[in-house]
Amino acid sequence: MKKILIHKGWFIGLIAGLLSVNAWAKDVKLLNVSYDPTRELYQEFNAAFARHWKEKTGDVLTVQQSHGGSGKQARAVIDGLEADVVTLALAYDIDAIAERAKLLPADWQKKFPNNSAPYTSTIVFLVRKGNPKAIKDWDDLAKPGVSVITPNPKTSGGARWNYLAAWGYALKKYGNDETKARDFVSRVFKNVPVLDSGARGATTTFAQRGIGDVFVSWENEAFLASNELGKDKFEIIVPSLSILAEPSVAVVEKVAKKHGNEALAKSYLEYLYSPEGQKIAAKHYYRSRIKAVKAAPSFPTLKLFTIDEIFGGWQKAHKVHFSDGGSFDQIYRP
Amino acid sequence: MSSNNKPNLAITEPAWVRRILIGTALLFLGIFLFVPLAAVFTRALEKGFGVYAESLKDPDALSAVRLTLIAAAASVVLNLIFGLAAAWAIGKYEFFGKNVLITLIDLPFAVSPVVSGLIYVLLFGLQGFLGPWLAEHDIKIIFAIPGIILATVFVTFPFVARELIPLMQAQGTDEEEASVVLGASGWQTFWHVTLPNIKWGLLYGVILTNARAMGEFGAVSVVSGHIRGLTNTIPLHVEILYNEYNYVAAFAVASILALLALVTLAVKSFVEWRRDQDLEASRLAEEIS
Amino acid sequence: MEDLSIKSTGLKKYSVIPGFGLTMGFTLVYVSLIVLIPLSGILIRTLDLTWAEFWRTVTDPRVMASYKLTFGASFAGALINAVFGLLVAWVLVRYQFPGKRIVDALVDLPFALPTAVAGIALTDLYTKQGWIGSILAKFGIEVAFTPLGVLVALTFIGLPFVVRTVQPVLEEMDRGEEEASVSLGAGRWRTFRLVIFPSIWPALLTGFTLSFARAVGEYGSVIFISGNMPMKTEITTLLIVTKLEQYDYAGATAIALVMLVISFLMLLSINLLQWWGRSRHQADHGETSYVLQ
Repeated sequence: MKKILIHKGWFIGLIAGLLSVNAWAKDVKLLNVSYDPTRELYQEFNAAFARHWKEKTGDVLTVQQSHGGSGKQARAVIDGLEADVVTLALAYDIDAIAERAKLLPADWQKKFPNNSAPYTSTIVFLVRKGNPKAIKDWDDLAKPGVSVITPNPKTSGGARWNYLAAWGYALKKYGNDETKARDFVSRVFKNVPVLDSGARGATTTFAQRGIGDVFVSWENEAFLASNELGKDKFEIIVPSLSILAEPSVAVVEKVAKKHGNEALAKSYLEYLYSPEGQKIAAKHYYRSRIKAVKAAPSFPTLKLFTIDEIFGGWQKAHKVHFSDGGSFDQIYRP
Repeated sequence: MSSNNKPNLAITEPAWVRRILIGTALLFLGIFLFVPLAAVFTRALEKGFGVYAESLKDPDALSAVRLTLIAAAASVVLNLIFGLAAAWAIGKYEFFGKNVLITLIDLPFAVSPVVSGLIYVLLFGLQGFLGPWLAEHDIKIIFAIPGIILATVFVTFPFVARELIPLMQAQGTDEEEASVVLGASGWQTFWHVTLPNIKWGLLYGVILTNARAMGEFGAVSVVSGHIRGLTNTIPLHVEILYNEYNYVAAFAVASILALLALVTLAVKSFVEWRRDQDLEASRLAEEIS
Repeated sequence: MEDLSIKSTGLKKYSVIPGFGLTMGFTLVYVSLIVLIPLSGILIRTLDLTWAEFWRTVTDPRVMASYKLTFGASFAGALINAVFGLLVAWVLVRYQFPGKRIVDALVDLPFALPTAVAGIALTDLYTKQGWIGSILAKFGIEVAFTPLGVLVALTFIGLPFVVRTVQPVLEEMDRGEEEASVSLGAGRWRTFRLVIFPSIWPALLTGFTLSFARAVGEYGSVIFISGNMPMKTEITTLLIVTKLEQYDYAGATAIALVMLVISFLMLLSINLLQWWGRSRHQADHGETSYVLQ
């Protein structure tokens, strides 16, 4: 009896499979070019969206993922990596794709809500258990004798948010005095013994090799690192003021059009804003745009400023601080 | 003729000198080679053998292994043919500009892996010289397998040639000249006179090419596009795992590259065995005559 | 037999051995396709800059500091490898000891290990908590995140070169000459100096050259152990990468071009030195054999 049932099930499955292939379902592929710390997030999100897309259209969707440093990934897209969508660490990198390869319009940031940043994060501190150096706020990072770990802002997109967070804090503290802000950030970076080239390299330096007293990091990375590398070994310290980190997303319109994926790519990114998408983002410690979605460990509230408020947007911030001879280079000028 | 026979006391060193030399060599290798390797294996086996084996079964890891083998095989074949031709032209003849040519062959070594990748991006990338034409005809070179092969061929370019050139130069041209004067064709001369003389150099050249091709990270990383399961090689897969805080798997996958040593061992033993057989045969032939 | 190779016709000396046209033609085509044409892209991209911009980019104090570190550490690493690589090759070819085959097979692994893995493993070992670093720390020596760390990484990645270039020459070497030298009353050291060393000298120099060249361009293993501090432990390739991060392709290729030219000139002078040494050795050799007769 059982046997027959199994046979029946198998037969129906086969017919359904054949029908679905022949009649209406297609196999579709989408390439999402992203930056390093979103692996876990998109692994889960892609599966959820593929289910959603199957329900909606019947098509079987495979999302191909590519991860790497944000700037390097943007260069790959500029040089011909055929990404349907990009989900990068900073708007500056997507601007570069628009500007240099003209693969998407210059006003891409207006195509999706919230500046095309479906989830946000901020910059916090990871310290060793018990907080032996009593680190409370940015001021403590500038004190002599405190060793600070942060990746190199020249090679890591994420580290630029760290730098700007410190700079923004100093500007607020010293009443917008640029010289004093520069001096403050210089003192913080004088405390940095190693400038790893990428964010996760810096995490290893801090967590595995035991170097440094405080690790300046994205909030989601700090949560992930302390979960993966030892919950009882680290504490997260939230400063009084920090920057609103907005990782941006965009459809690479020309490529999506070539692949006939325009509608799919748009729905893919829109789904990030859906309750389901927001829940997944929150699960991976990104701050949700929807107030109702709560993260598992609830995020502490703190005052946040945006890059547009303090620095007048990425283009300007990059030019002043991270271009050759900019404020970061001046710290190390002999 | 060979070293495996009984040591001739006249042409070797006293025992204490030998011991000091062996000791120093092993100490150097110990610090710079064995300890780092041991560190890799320690990390790989940190969580036991089960986790180690598990991380090698991941489909993404397997696809990375396949791509790496393709790239390595292509580099070995192409650079082997080139190496033989170049060493023959440079080792057996005197001509103007020889030193410049040798230096050009060396040059890919001095090019940073990042730049080695970049040059193909500048050439075949969408903003590059040939990119727009390639895109129009939907030919993919970079961010696909051909680009990965090209970058690997570039970084392993000099190995075979550079192994063979000093060897052929050291051996001179007397034997080949004699063979040609005695009526052998160029091909016969190469096959029966030159090849037996250069087999060790050739072997090391191939081994180095293969090792470097499998381990190359920087150049391939620039042209790969990092698409999971499609354009990731073993070293790129290792990077992904490392960045996922999956240290055990990262070092486990890296450590399978150490299996290469076993291949080296097998190939060398085979060549030695063949040589001993040849020696045996020629001694027998001598005895009979 | 001798006068066969003396007659000179044009650019190439006359030789009875066939195949020059074929092998030379193939070599030139392949070198052009794989090396020259792609590398010319660097030159063409650099032409986007004016001369003044180019000069400013490549002589920036930070870039100058990186040249010093990169070329200095590469040279020192290659020198270490030349001395110890020769020793390792000698020991592997001439002596018997337990585990010799395994040691021999492991020599290539610095190549096969992805550079990033090597970098991470070396950094783990040499930080103050590491196996080696903790010992060195007692003597006040810091390796990780100092120029010394760069040297360690560059020595590691260049290790196989000298061993593997000297080894085949030693394997194929005719022991008859050594025996002759000894029977003529020369001591062991004298035999090494006058008979063995001159024949392995070209291979040794090749190994040194390759090890040096490889070290100059190395990136993956160094960035982990160097600490990347501006003016102190930044290697030149890192600066190329930072230019690329700013989408400054022309600036990146400008620095790459300078590295390329310096490397080319250094490699060329080493190759000329080798060629000069070889022709002198051959002349000497001719004389000795004449005397022996």
